[in-house]
Amino acid sequence: MAAKKPKLAVWKFASCDGCQLSLLDCEDELLAVAGAVEIANFPEASRAIIKGPYDVSLVEGSVTTPHDAERIHKVRRASKFLISIGACATAGGIQALRNFSDVNEFVSIVYASPQYISTLKQSTPISEHVFVDFELRGCPIDKGQLLEVINALLNERKPNIPTHSLCLDCKRQGLPCVMVSQGTPCLGPITQAGCGVLCPAFDRGCYGCFGPMESPNGKALIEKWQEMGADDAEVLRSLRTFNACANAFEKESRKYE
Amino acid sequence: MTHAVLERPDLKSLFNILQKAGYTTIAPTVRDNVITYENVTDQSELPIGMTDDQKNGSYRLKKRKDKSVFGFVVGPQSWKKFLYPARLKLWEAHRNGKSFSIAKPENEEKKLAFIGVRPCEMSAISIQDKVFLKSTFVDSAYSSRREQLFTVIVNCTEPGGTCFCTSMDTGPRAKKDYDLALTEVVKKDQHYFLVEIGSDQGKEIANKLPLKEASEEQVSEADKRLNEAARKMGKALKTDGVKDLLYENAENPHWEKVAERCMTCANCTMVCPTCFCSTMEDSTDLSGEIAERWRTWDSCFTMDFSYVHGGSIRNSSSARYRQWLTHKLGSWQDQFGTSGCVGCGRCITWCPVGIDITEEIKTLQECDSRKSKSN
Repeated sequence: MAAKKPKLAVWKFASCDGCQLSLLDCEDELLAVAGAVEIANFPEASRAIIKGPYDVSLVEGSVTTPHDAERIHKVRRASKFLISIGACATAGGIQALRNFSDVNEFVSIVYASPQYISTLKQSTPISEHVFVDFELRGCPIDKGQLLEVINALLNERKPNIPTHSLCLDCKRQGLPCVMVSQGTPCLGPITQAGCGVLCPAFDRGCYGCFGPMESPNGKALIEKWQEMGADDAEVLRSLRTFNACANAFEKESRKYE
Repeated sequence: MTHAVLERPDLKSLFNILQKAGYTTIAPTVRDNVITYENVTDQSELPIGMTDDQKNGSYRLKKRKDKSVFGFVVGPQSWKKFLYPARLKLWEAHRNGKSFSIAKPENEEKKLAFIGVRPCEMSAISIQDKVFLKSTFVDSAYSSRREQLFTVIVNCTEPGGTCFCTSMDTGPRAKKDYDLALTEVVKKDQHYFLVEIGSDQGKEIANKLPLKEASEEQVSEADKRLNEAARKMGKALKTDGVKDLLYENAENPHWEKVAERCMTCANCTMVCPTCFCSTMEDSTDLSGEIAERWRTWDSCFTMDFSYVHGGSIRNSSSARYRQWLTHKLGSWQDQFGTSGCVGCGRCITWCPVGIDITEEIKTLQECDSRKSKSN
């Protein structure tokens, strides 16, 4: 490990701040993290801002304004490693629902003076604008995974972040399939693991917070859902949440518009 | 050997005697709407009067009309979770200046007694024995658990909807490798377990049980039920020439058809009682002073599984399904001298979309590419 502590910066784009707060959520490990890296730019934690360049940048949020579309390039230029964190940064987030409609209509309904609003037609992930070194999925991200990526980077090893289905983790934890045992629609078979199987552990189907797994077969899953009684509206609603514009979810959902 | 009978009220003593002999008793019980294997200390925790209705991609727990203790088949989990845990720390390393030292985790191995092992599952344990104990290398974590194991079989008098043990010659009656075997008989006026002894340690425990000598009628009643069970399998798989069939059909277009339904979710491999693949996970603490190596269950359905420098070898779902099936029923025979399938039907029930191993083999047999070549 280098003698000098790596400089870490946290950047916010269109998002709810939940993912970057996961860093502060690392209660037990927070002091160790603060000891291992120099937190150089993290407005949620400190007003002290150290100038770049930065060794690691965590980027939260999607690009939704012309201003942000420019700003992300500045962040990239100032960063050695750029890790996008969360569903917004990796898939456009829930605000990417605008991609299926006319954003101007929303603007005219929501804002009293729409002329002051400068927004893009689409909400897009960071990787559509700049090269991204690593993506951490989830809405929000899992703090264990965030620590793992920082840890791996500090120790110059590969992070243990799986891209397989949620089902593997369910079975490793000894949870029976909720689809098979109860007929509960679950997005687990096409969703990437990483959340610690939160919903199936509480007898619920997976909501797909971690986006599509490495080789998703949405068609097969949704056909089974429909066999179990899910109607088109339910399918559409389930696929269009936090990862609505993630490739496999978007492609499958368009069939049920 | 004469058969003995354990009356239903005396089932309690089986648990007591095994516990007195130092065993932790593991048995089926109802949890999360399914029947799973857990630490069960008393017979009252068994799924008394329950059954499971199993179909392709569907499992429902139901009440029975009678008070059978073992009136169900196999659930989503197999005994492998105890002998071959899903996640296990193999060792950790501590940095000492420029060198490092390795510490093995202290494994506090309990003596386990499995009560309610089905004949197909006993076969699965024997298959994993070949993999972990009788190959070139012995898996020490497996052997330390396996050597102390006590097994109580429950033969199957009511096969489930996805069972095909008769096709794989693993049931419905256990033939070997067990310590004690029970066959449950529930009649209007009688409820008993016919007991067979399979080993010396089985005999030791049996000597302490309040057993009675079985009447001829009690033996023949159990036999009759087991013979009937063999004819009531939910599924069948024609195993003749199945290895060659798979070897010769690697390019069969049918694999693409399966891939349309297969989600590569890996459920089949997780619930399979013989699937033994694992991956190693190396981790460090933040300071880099301590490193750990963990072994976790893996599956041939993931991309990482076939990843070598440059990418994954089995990119497509068809290649991955073909790999699994060809290994399970074909190359397993070359590797371990036995089929890798015991006919428990778990992969059929627990596939969320209900892909059926017996149907896929049947279809391959029908569209065998060797047939079209000879035409």
